[in-house]
Amino acid sequence: MCDTCGCGSEDEEVILRKPGKEGEHFHLEGEDHLHHHGEDLGQSHHHHHEAREIVVEQNVLSRNDLLAERNRGYFEARGVTAFNLVSSPGAGKTSLLEQTIRDLKEEKKFFVIEGDQQTMHDAERIDATGVPVIQINTGNGCHLDARMIHTAVKEMDIPEGAVLMIENVGNLVCPSLFDLGEHKRVVVISVPEGDDKPVKYPTMFRSSHLCIINKTDLLPYVDFDLEKVREYARQVNPEIEILELSVKTGEGMDRWYQWLRENS
Amino acid sequence: MHELSIAMSIVDLAEEYAAKEEAQRVLEMEIEVGELSGVVTEALDFAMEEAVAGTLCEKARWKIIPIPGEVRCRACGHVFPSDSLFSDCPRCGQAGVELVRGNEMRLRSILVE
Repeated sequence: MCDTCGCGSEDEEVILRKPGKEGEHFHLEGEDHLHHHGEDLGQSHHHHHEAREIVVEQNVLSRNDLLAERNRGYFEARGVTAFNLVSSPGAGKTSLLEQTIRDLKEEKKFFVIEGDQQTMHDAERIDATGVPVIQINTGNGCHLDARMIHTAVKEMDIPEGAVLMIENVGNLVCPSLFDLGEHKRVVVISVPEGDDKPVKYPTMFRSSHLCIINKTDLLPYVDFDLEKVREYARQVNPEIEILELSVKTGEGMDRWYQWLRENS
Repeated sequence: MHELSIAMSIVDLAEEYAAKEEAQRVLEMEIEVGELSGVVTEALDFAMEEAVAGTLCEKARWKIIPIPGEVRCRACGHVFPSDSLFSDCPRCGQAGVELVRGNEMRLRSILVE
């Protein structure tokens, strides 16, 4: 039980927190799926008892897409550029972010949203770099959605010209279907994961603008065919840009920074 | 398990349309799921059981209608049925296709009373 607002099991609810202010967490705005919002409707005065068909013909994720468009409009109005970083767990998203912030924070105003099922670990790592960060713990959820970003962004008050880095939950499947309102989606894969990632998770590669291949310092030790990854990724998405780098050695980071400058 | 989010979105959408019609409950839902949409039908089926609890759809039946995948060869433009985004063109043999159909995730219609 949460002692601030008396909400139920923390494991199952989406909670947003800032490092150092864990007691002041907040929840998603708006209606909650778990509430029984059908009950009031039962008291309607017009009871129709005969069964009738309603043609809906709506995209199931239309509500998320609508909110994502709203986020995008908000970002554009403020001149904020938002990036959605996706990868499998352990590909090095947080390390890439930490290093990028350390190297570019004099040049760009960074704001970060961290998504994980549990813990403040990643937010604490970003907090140590000195930029504003909010942790979203999705509980059982396997991806961030536009409503979570909408709520987090309202808490951040992001200034004109800033760069918002959204680190999604580590997962190459689910986050691919949920537009957050970002300008560019960046998929990070790492050398030890193997070169068939684009074949196994085509939806993610199809929806990403940039593919970063991280941990190139490990290339001598594993069977990983860079050319094969490029070929697979371009088969599913001919427009995708591809960069190779190693956060650990710093090799290739310049090209990533160049890309960031060109796209924000 | 993004299927649970998708199931909850389906139920939300069905409730929204049912409420507009001042219906008391949803009896049936017809859901279209494309073969190339990244949604696992069995997982969605399972998630729907969770998602309908405590909603206007609680007693509803649902039907998941699969939409077959169709892709276009980027080299020669040939359109052919496929259940994968990595298929070689049966006409020219080239790899690299774009999606034509099969990405759907739609609530087609509901039956209410």
